[in-house]
Amino acid sequence: MITVSSLLDDHWYERYKKISKLNIRSSIYDVTDRCNLRCKGCFFFSSGEHEVASEEKDVDKWHSFVEKEMDRGVNLAILIGGEPTLCLDRVEAFYKRLPTFCATNGLIKVPRDRFPDMMVGISLWGDAEDETILRGKDTFKISSANYQGDPHAYYLYTITPKQLGKTEKIVRKIQDVGLKVQMQLLSNDEDVDGFSWQPDELVAIRAEMDDMLDKYPETVISCKYYHEIITTGKMLDRPFGWMECPSVTEPIDNREPRPRRLTNFIRWSSDLHTMHRCCTSETRDCSTCKDGAAHMSWVMVNKRAHIKTTKDLQNWIEVYEMFAKLYQFIPW
Amino acid sequence: MSNDINQTITRIAEIIINELKLEDVTAETFDADLDLVNEVGIDSMDMATVALFLRDEYEIQIDEDDYPKLTTVRIIAQYIDNKRNSNE
Repeated sequence: MITVSSLLDDHWYERYKKISKLNIRSSIYDVTDRCNLRCKGCFFFSSGEHEVASEEKDVDKWHSFVEKEMDRGVNLAILIGGEPTLCLDRVEAFYKRLPTFCATNGLIKVPRDRFPDMMVGISLWGDAEDETILRGKDTFKISSANYQGDPHAYYLYTITPKQLGKTEKIVRKIQDVGLKVQMQLLSNDEDVDGFSWQPDELVAIRAEMDDMLDKYPETVISCKYYHEIITTGKMLDRPFGWMECPSVTEPIDNREPRPRRLTNFIRWSSDLHTMHRCCTSETRDCSTCKDGAAHMSWVMVNKRAHIKTTKDLQNWIEVYEMFAKLYQFIPW
Repeated sequence: MSNDINQTITRIAEIIINELKLEDVTAETFDADLDLVNEVGIDSMDMATVALFLRDEYEIQIDEDDYPKLTTVRIIAQYIDNKRNSNE
């Protein structure tokens, strides 16, 4: 029987042991239906999720809801929206009780006296030109001023096909404001012209992402296996898709055979009753989904499939470490 | 008592090998003291699957909060033994 220690030297085995018992149980929460931007390609609005349910406005109900989520075993709250910073009292209901991650466009600064160590992921969709086309304004100028040097914030850089050859400029900008960056790919849910990935572009962007990691290892939180998975849509020769995705809401997951998946995962609507199908848009074609967290989770839940060769297991460790860093389970 | 425990150990090993599709090992050769997380690579989803089988076979409830403590086949066997004794 192949054992973990038979595949790893002491250094890698120590790294494995640091993450092997973390047992992260995440769920995702829409904090509000509202946003202060309307980005082309934002799945929340393009798929009508903002109209699915009416947001709960009684903050006491948010507090009791979070208590119930903890009873369900959740130990990581991932807050999305709409724009969560529009409703900081709801964010606080999570932050007071749980390790909490807040996704934001960065236009409103999370007050650090109230949320001193909450991890903040700031969305960025490219350079000023792409940001203006897709989001109506260049958000970097504002978000970087709000979060410059913040040790508990990083950029979620959504790379578009138009960013080919330009990623270094962005990564350097982020490095210059003392922040870190995670790279992911646009899924182009609204079919904005020129923003859908072509096969040759995916090959090129993978090489560019690898290059960024090599050149800026202190700034880019990533690993090459993640780049491979997200650009090829394949892991160990298995294609990503509905029957493989780990991030489907558990109580409504009727897939058969049931794939390996996130335990107890639910994506909740902001009415605190309605469940969304998965971590992203219900209308998205799963075979072309580029959701970064879903792809990382896909690797993470398939640990034993990677206990075959030293390289496979090292790949698994690097992806798990990447996820654990992004959500503050281990240091950068 | 000792025979009972040894039988339980063998049966648990058999369940783990079958459910996790482990190769090149039998219930008889499985090291009962091998760390299931650090060496076999079992995660909480695997443990939940194994726990379902053990629940049905031994008519005991395995609390999810106890999973982190159940680090080897021998410890699981002792846990089952304790649960069954306390149920009697």
